[in-house]
Amino acid sequence: MAAEEPLVALRGIRFGYPGAAPILEGLDFALGCGERVGILAPNGSGKTTLLLLIMGLLRPQAGEIRIFGEPRRAEADFLEVRRRIGLVFQDPEDQLFCPTVLEDVAFGPLNLGKSRAEAAAVARRTLAALGLEGFEGRIGFKLSGGEKRLVALAAVLAMEPEALLLDEPENGLDARTRLRLVEVLERLPIPQAIVSHDIDLLAALCDRLLTLEAGTIRDVDGEALHRHLHVHRLGDRPHRHGLPG
Amino acid sequence: MIPAPPVEGGDAPGGIDPRVRLAAAIGFSAATAVWQRPASILAALGFALGLAAFFRLSPRPLLRRLLAANGFVLLLWAIVPFSLPGEALVRLGPLAASREGIALALAITLKSNALVLALLALVAPLPFPAAGHALHRLGVPGKLVQLLLLTWRYLALLEQEFHRLRRAAALRGFRPRTDLHTYRTFAWLLGMLLVRSVDRAERVRRAMLCRGFRGVFLSLHEFRLAGRSLALAAAAAAAVVASAWLELAG
Repeated sequence: MAAEEPLVALRGIRFGYPGAAPILEGLDFALGCGERVGILAPNGSGKTTLLLLIMGLLRPQAGEIRIFGEPRRAEADFLEVRRRIGLVFQDPEDQLFCPTVLEDVAFGPLNLGKSRAEAAAVARRTLAALGLEGFEGRIGFKLSGGEKRLVALAAVLAMEPEALLLDEPENGLDARTRLRLVEVLERLPIPQAIVSHDIDLLAALCDRLLTLEAGTIRDVDGEALHRHLHVHRLGDRPHRHGLPG
Repeated sequence: MIPAPPVEGGDAPGGIDPRVRLAAAIGFSAATAVWQRPASILAALGFALGLAAFFRLSPRPLLRRLLAANGFVLLLWAIVPFSLPGEALVRLGPLAASREGIALALAITLKSNALVLALLALVAPLPFPAAGHALHRLGVPGKLVQLLLLTWRYLALLEQEFHRLRRAAALRGFRPRTDLHTYRTFAWLLGMLLVRSVDRAERVRRAMLCRGFRGVFLSLHEFRLAGRSLALAAAAAAAVVASAWLELAG
């Protein structure tokens, strides 16, 4: 693998669901080593589709996918991708299918061939790293929304992925959990691609910003100075505004 | 609301291997179901009472559950004594309760209470996940166990989704009646629930693939056969043998 080749490279991707116009058309995307890329995408723009294509859960109708320096076409090519890249789903409810939290987090490591003791140890370590000690025996469907999100993240991180894809990670989080999530993601030393419609989150976290609109990805680097006029109660008193989240 | 299943402590409540609990419950139930003689049935009931006492089942919930089970038994008492031919013991107008009928109803009552007691003592305290994995170790096919565990995991979610749909309908003035509109609406609700479940199933499958799932559910559970587990297994086996002896020799 050439040193300068990105981890994930998509070129000229076209994808459409049956009976509808292509949702992605001529899409190019690259995720390099050590970068955190934010993709700003409105609802229905195909952001989940893009992530599923990278994981090989959907196949493009045209275009080329190269991951870890190899072309990826058939199911067998993507088995390795799924082992080495983690995808955090938009709805953690879909990702937590085991009876208890510990089993959910250990599910990936067990599938990677670790022994029960090793898998349980990795799961406990990952939970602890996310501040989720004591969650091991809890039941997946009885967690709060924020807890589910963090456990889903733990379940993905327990596989020790080399890159992380996140689908609207801020979805349904309150301000505190959101802050915790941002801290966790900032500390993670692996490349990340975050797809979201939350400008503040992407601006706070990402080194590089892209937009996904009309089926393709565009660079939006470069900052634009702008100001907001706004009104609220007590606005005539001296005050400051903290950044949200 | 479906009551959330209670899970506390470890996988082995009372320090007893879940496999032994399940095997003892299955063996005991199967044996008790075939006993015919009063002596063997009473022996089985005695063992079940012993189990309930040994595991210190709290009396109030125990009584409530026994009452619920005996509701069905009561129904049998209304039918069985009067429908079995034999020597009439009691006459109620044109109906006659036969000695054989009463004996059979009594046997069914004692047996079903023995079974309910044994199941409440042995199986009810098991956390659901542990029970699933124990079933797998006892030879139940992996696919069935997966279905069982996934059903358990997603049942609450399905129920939530159903209530959400019903609330949405209620908010728009829907009130169930006995008419075509109601039937159609419920059909739509159920259809929508099905569609959403299929969608979710697909997303869950993807999540499993993403985490390296290859068609085999690996489990963290490790069960140990020791001490109390072996004692319980021996006691259950002894109870079955003793009642079998009473059945055959008596």
